[in-house]
Amino acid sequence: MKDYFKQQPIINRLIKDKFALGGLIVLAVLYLGITFASFIAPYSKDFSDRHLSYAPPSKIYTIDTQGRLSWPYTYNYVRKFNPNTFSMEFRQDRSKKYYLRFFSEGFKYKFLGLIPTNIHLFTVEKSGKLFLLGSDINGRDNFSRLLYGGQISLTIGFLALFISFPIGMLYGGIAGYFGGKIDNIMMRIAEAIMSIPSFYLLISLAAILPANMTSSQRFTLITVILAFIGWAGFSRVIRGMVLSIKNQEFVEASKALGSGSFRIIVKHILPQTASYVIVAMTLSVPGYILAESGLSFLGLGIQQPDASWGNMLKEAQEYVNIIHRPWLLTPGLLIFIAVLAFNLVGDTVRDILDPKSKIRE
Amino acid sequence: MSIPVYILKRILQTLPLLFLVSVMSFLIIKLSPVDPLAELRLNPSISPQTLQAEKVRLGLDLPVHKQYFKWLSSAVRGDLGISTSGEKVSDRLMERIPNTLLLTLTTIIITWIIAIPLGIFAALHWRSPADRILTIISALGMAIPSFFFALLLLIFAVKTGWFPVGGLTSVGFENFSIIHKILDVTHHLFLPVLVLTTISLAGLQRQMRGNLLDILEADYVKMARAKGLPENKVIYKHALRNAINPMVTMLGFEFASLLSGAALTEFVFQYPGLGRLILEAVLKLDINLVMASLMIGAIMLILGNLIADILLKLVDPRITLD
Repeated sequence: MKDYFKQQPIINRLIKDKFALGGLIVLAVLYLGITFASFIAPYSKDFSDRHLSYAPPSKIYTIDTQGRLSWPYTYNYVRKFNPNTFSMEFRQDRSKKYYLRFFSEGFKYKFLGLIPTNIHLFTVEKSGKLFLLGSDINGRDNFSRLLYGGQISLTIGFLALFISFPIGMLYGGIAGYFGGKIDNIMMRIAEAIMSIPSFYLLISLAAILPANMTSSQRFTLITVILAFIGWAGFSRVIRGMVLSIKNQEFVEASKALGSGSFRIIVKHILPQTASYVIVAMTLSVPGYILAESGLSFLGLGIQQPDASWGNMLKEAQEYVNIIHRPWLLTPGLLIFIAVLAFNLVGDTVRDILDPKSKIRE
Repeated sequence: MSIPVYILKRILQTLPLLFLVSVMSFLIIKLSPVDPLAELRLNPSISPQTLQAEKVRLGLDLPVHKQYFKWLSSAVRGDLGISTSGEKVSDRLMERIPNTLLLTLTTIIITWIIAIPLGIFAALHWRSPADRILTIISALGMAIPSFFFALLLLIFAVKTGWFPVGGLTSVGFENFSIIHKILDVTHHLFLPVLVLTTISLAGLQRQMRGNLLDILEADYVKMARAKGLPENKVIYKHALRNAINPMVTMLGFEFASLLSGAALTEFVFQYPGLGRLILEAVLKLDINLVMASLMIGAIMLILGNLIADILLKLVDPRITLD
């Protein structure tokens, strides 16, 4: 593994590829966004204005009514009942302008979770409302919640990955190294997990979680469930690789030196699978993101009031909603963009570490 | 080994696997802190006698391992219990399985019809602008979440009114003529199949392209070209046959991922399939139904793999079954 980095810095080759570079830039923007979510978001996760449920996106004006250039401002929306159509309608209240303010004071938070502050990238004048991407049924700011939702949707996959991959490596390593009966039993168990369609297993596991958990408990358990679904298939590939690696001379040498089996597996055999593991890891991030959002979309994953892209998209299940309120689809768009970016980067990583594969180039 | 003997051997190998799957499913459900009869109790149409019978049949007073064997022995005899809605679980499964098979098999057939030629085309026009465009399109297709795409198509269906919004049949389906029935089902299937096809198309097309590119560099292809065989013959008679074989192995995987992918699509389109059934069962904690759906899902997946292996044997005489 070290040799790869010595010969050709992976990152240099990644940014030479147009697609991978694009993917990396998108991912950088997304991850910066969620890292500084509280700073960028004008509203807190739980801010809600019941009078403004499903308010459309605020329009921002830079040219005033007299046609002169102006400091950016917005108008508030007022909800009115329309007796002709029997529906709630939003009208701009043009009587008062609300100017935007940058690096201004808003709700209190801890910058990067450490430094208490109340400075935000942008806010709007007092009693003005700024919903860049509209609001949801509870009158919560969609834009802010997308940032908070990303904090969950874009990290849960990684966390699951760092649970399932070590387990899969160790499991496959032990099965492959010892062989015989141990291998047989271990692989049958892995196959049994793989025999259940993964999504069926996923929803069955998620459904048995008790309802009265705190949000951090739920987050942890959903991560564990995602990891549980993923390790089996991966461990089988590792086992196959270990079967061929274990007959090589350096393993014999290590045995002759008196190393224990566990040490041989972890220190000598498993590192040989590194390039496959890196490729498999990069390529499986999108799967975890999709699994979490699918689960939350069905209402089995992350629960309200916490935001995740999946559970935000849940509101779009009512098609009456999406026709009149297309901004409710933005979480889906973000999932799509994130998965696409991960795929583009993953493909290029594979091309670099596994030059034989020709899927892309 | 002849094919029937091989099939028999594989089925025998499957039995312990299914046993493990059932133990695992049972343990998962037993982990749940929820009373499995809660729904049944709340349902006024279920008589106390039925409730008592169900309690005894499930053996809820017994230790876990005895409960499991009780479930197993009645399941083997074909009795899967009663769902919380009071219907027999086996009836509900029988009603849904054909629908899910219809959806997934149609998708597989259409995906293959489109993906294989596109993969061949891309490989033969390697690095041409057309190949690049196909690569980009397939990357987009792979990235779009099935439920998001399904939602977008649902809006399309509602706005244009060209497609029915959900379900598998229209009102009054029983009285339609045969042709009308087929057209009606096709009409309802179109959007769900479109979603699933888009999602599985990309991977298959890329795989086909990669396989053919690999094969085109093989020695025997160079040999065939060197002896002056027309390019058409080289490609379609020699290269293609070998490039298709790995795709057959993928059939099994594809079927597995389709079963999973179909669940979300079925949910959005309100399609009466197995995926939606298990989802409803899971949400209501309908233990008997969840258990049976997990088992049926596993059986379908294992059968799918078996069929793929047999097909591979049929198309590739070099494969020996053992």
